[in-house]
Amino acid sequence: MPTETRIIFQHIDEPGYTNDLACYVRHGGYEVLRQAVTRKPADLIEEVKKSGLRGRGGAGFPCGVKWGLVDRKSGKPIYLIVNADESEPGTFKDRYIIHQDPHQLLEGTIISCFANNVKQAYIYIRGEMPHGARILERAIAEARAANLVGPNILGTGYSCEIYVHRGAGAYICGEETGLIESLEGKRANPRIKPPYFPAVLGLYQCPTIVNNVETLCHVKHIIQRGGEAYAKIGTPGNTGTRVFCVSGHVQRPGYYEFPCGSITLGQLLHEVCGGPLPGRKFKAVIPGGSSAKVLKFGERFKGKRKVGAELVDYDWGVEDVPMDFDSLAMIGSMGGSGGVIVMDDSVNMVEALANINAFYSHESCGQCTPCREGSLWMKKITTRMVHGQARAEDAALLKSVADQIPGRTICAFGEACSWPTQSFMAKFGDEFRAYPETKQAPRPAAAPTLI
Amino acid sequence: MIQPAKPELVTVNIDGKEVAVPKGTNVIEAARLVNIDVPHYCYHPKLSVAGNCRMCLIEMGMPAVDPATKAPVMDPATGKQKINWIPRPQIGCGTTVAPGLHVRTTSPMVKDAREGVMEFLLINHPLDCPICDQAGECKLQEQSTAYGRGYSRFVEEKNVKPKRTQLGPRVILDDERCILCSRCIRFSREIAKDDVLGFIDRGSYSTLTCFPGRQLENNYSLNTVDICPVGALTSADFRFKMRVWFLKQTNSIDTESSVGANTVVWSREGVIYRITPRRNDEVNDTWMADSGRVLYKQVRAENRLTAVKVNGADSGVDMAVHAAAELLKAGGVAIVGSGRSTVEEQWLTRQLANAAGRAPVSLVSRVAAGDGLLVSADRNPNVRGALVTGLVCALPSTQLTELGAAIDAGKVRTVLAVGEDLAAAGLSAAQLAKVEIIYLGTHANATSAVAKIVLPTLTVFEKAGTFVNQQFRLQKFAAAVPGPAGATPDTVLLARLAGALGATVPAELGALWAAMAAAVPALATVTYANLPETGLLLDATPFAALPFVEGASLHHQPAKA
Repeated sequence: MPTETRIIFQHIDEPGYTNDLACYVRHGGYEVLRQAVTRKPADLIEEVKKSGLRGRGGAGFPCGVKWGLVDRKSGKPIYLIVNADESEPGTFKDRYIIHQDPHQLLEGTIISCFANNVKQAYIYIRGEMPHGARILERAIAEARAANLVGPNILGTGYSCEIYVHRGAGAYICGEETGLIESLEGKRANPRIKPPYFPAVLGLYQCPTIVNNVETLCHVKHIIQRGGEAYAKIGTPGNTGTRVFCVSGHVQRPGYYEFPCGSITLGQLLHEVCGGPLPGRKFKAVIPGGSSAKVLKFGERFKGKRKVGAELVDYDWGVEDVPMDFDSLAMIGSMGGSGGVIVMDDSVNMVEALANINAFYSHESCGQCTPCREGSLWMKKITTRMVHGQARAEDAALLKSVADQIPGRTICAFGEACSWPTQSFMAKFGDEFRAYPETKQAPRPAAAPTLI
Repeated sequence: MIQPAKPELVTVNIDGKEVAVPKGTNVIEAARLVNIDVPHYCYHPKLSVAGNCRMCLIEMGMPAVDPATKAPVMDPATGKQKINWIPRPQIGCGTTVAPGLHVRTTSPMVKDAREGVMEFLLINHPLDCPICDQAGECKLQEQSTAYGRGYSRFVEEKNVKPKRTQLGPRVILDDERCILCSRCIRFSREIAKDDVLGFIDRGSYSTLTCFPGRQLENNYSLNTVDICPVGALTSADFRFKMRVWFLKQTNSIDTESSVGANTVVWSREGVIYRITPRRNDEVNDTWMADSGRVLYKQVRAENRLTAVKVNGADSGVDMAVHAAAELLKAGGVAIVGSGRSTVEEQWLTRQLANAAGRAPVSLVSRVAAGDGLLVSADRNPNVRGALVTGLVCALPSTQLTELGAAIDAGKVRTVLAVGEDLAAAGLSAAQLAKVEIIYLGTHANATSAVAKIVLPTLTVFEKAGTFVNQQFRLQKFAAAVPGPAGATPDTVLLARLAGALGATVPAELGALWAAMAAAVPALATVTYANLPETGLLLDATPFAALPFVEGASLHHQPAKA
């Protein structure tokens, strides 16, 4: 069985480990910060660039490149926002960091702020995590008392404030420009890009860096080890460790941290998570949060991939796919937020999609047409289907509706809400086409009807 | 004349047509220059770009260059520089031109995107067209015909939302028809500076509403009805009154102040149904005040004058003009002209005054607080016309004090009032009783009640003419509806009176302008027919020293004295 390499989750669930400053310092906490503030900020950015760290929020965008895009000549203040709006269904890593190891996040944040000459940072935490917000507030107060946050940090003359801002319960606030609008006190309508790239025109129209909680924690470890040493963890282009949040029909669901690409999806599900429940078989898996495209057990992926300088043929089943950004992208899905959702043969895929569609139609901000109307239409179709009003043509219609959304919206929610339907249709279309004839359990009254 | 700075031009290629457009132009406007329609809903040229309707999706590409050498990459098939087309559509409204930008507005990708957006916009939109006021001028209706798929695949229940919300005294909202383009929200925030509208709820259930405890009641609220691309916002005054395709459109000018907002008067069979703004980027952009939209009601007002009177008895026009001419010939004449009269009427009034022994002429001013946008402090539309035509050479005052003194002194025996109520302008009943009054006007008032001779005239909606606005912009308007029986054009009456006193002046607009152009240097090259619909700036320098009352407003900065 592969053994975990815990860097970010090193102290999660460790007996006796508490989330207060004293415990963190006992475990060597803030030593990296003490070192970092003696170095040149540009060197720190260089270390992050060398590390190859990719964002852990979902898109996997290289963190060093993101920092490199920041407009440093405008004369405006630069803001850093910690995206703690962890809302992607199937993802529950950031909340553990916040609950059990908040100072790790603060240390990574302050180092990142120092590296980018940020004087003011915001932690935008999901509205449904009030406990986490209280923990962060307390952690910031402790850090401030210890001169780790606030004016003249550690006597260096560098000052940085960190504020916690609670969301009000909207998935779209995890989209960085929606988050910025929300932080400014407005509806979280994502902004059009161009011109509103956060690196140039972000919070209060100032250059802004938005990073995921886990990403910023990695920064601490990059500075500790050095960018090059960190880059040796994982595989080239997919460096560092990843926290996988496995949920659904496995024997041991939970969170597991492995170097990127060091294990396959099969190893993760069978060896680490104990395989399917007794008497069941794996049917489908969504490898990177609910918006990632679903994979079907039994399908095969063939093609050529780069290994070093060479192109090598690959012929993978779902179990053979290495769990890293590039491999999952290559087979048409994504590493996303690391939320691995497993479905076994007890799952009806029409019902599963109805569940996902209900989520996305509820969370669409409603600003732009394709996502606003498309997500609800898909939900209305799948809801009607599972309420005994399925038609043979619904499968084709669902695919057609989903195809009209991605690439045409203001933000990536268009992709997030349409990819599930597109991939469910591509891989489980037969189940949708056969659904009208499938015997179903009776549904409660008030079911939608055809008009 | 001052030449405006030439904007920097950028050459772009739209559907194979090369066009040079000013830097900073977006793709929708650039395409408009080559007569290519990029359909859109949320984009409005005078509002910020929201980019939310996604109807203006276009395909775009840039000429390929070698990343290393920066040399152009040629396409061997065409011999031209290769174009790197972006694989996903972009919004035309949010895409500003760049040198060499290539745009496709009819490619399969664009067609597919438009069909998709149209279908999405329609699925929850009610099939209200037969009873919807917007029908006939509805972008959704037009573009679903032009770009939609022609049938519905939607078999679910449509969303239900409030059908008649009174947003304010003049605007009613049907939320089901709303396509959430946010134009009204942006207008209220950016132009009217009265941020009262917003969306509540999420996704397809988003609903336009007023902020709690607030109303859409500012004097520009009806512009939201104009810019609403669908029938969601309707005018309480106009809704359910008339189908728009029956209405005749006549270009007109708002007379409520010296701003001179350009308007369109909508009428059918001699009845006016509404007034809407007409775009003039130098005057009112695409806006007008609500207060100017109800002025048409004066046309059919209860107190409209339609009977010619001499000594209180009904009379014919000829007899009344003859009687008036006799009074004017007798001497002791004073004339009260009007800043509401047209340039033509003011010039004729001047000729009449000259013929009546250089009778003194006064004007009545109307001043109230300006709103800084499209209603100025000078509530007369044409005081500057009176200056240009030489009717008066000083700014008017609100009270006719001098005239009153002259009456008291017995120097005046006859007062000719052109559309002005002398009582309202400060003359007492005793003073009015001392003189014979000839009243030319549209509505009954204290002056017409005591006038010896009453000659009914036409409102601005019933005649053609010109006004000079606060910018010294000469603007023309046309007659929308015929005048009522019994009313005579002011120009005809003034020309006949002047003629009776020995002057030779025409009354017909073409001849009148020929005579004015010959007599007034500022109007030397102008004719009514060749005057552009957007107006013509006259030389303001002769009047630079006058203390005009207007403050700053849209497109107008008062000259520093």
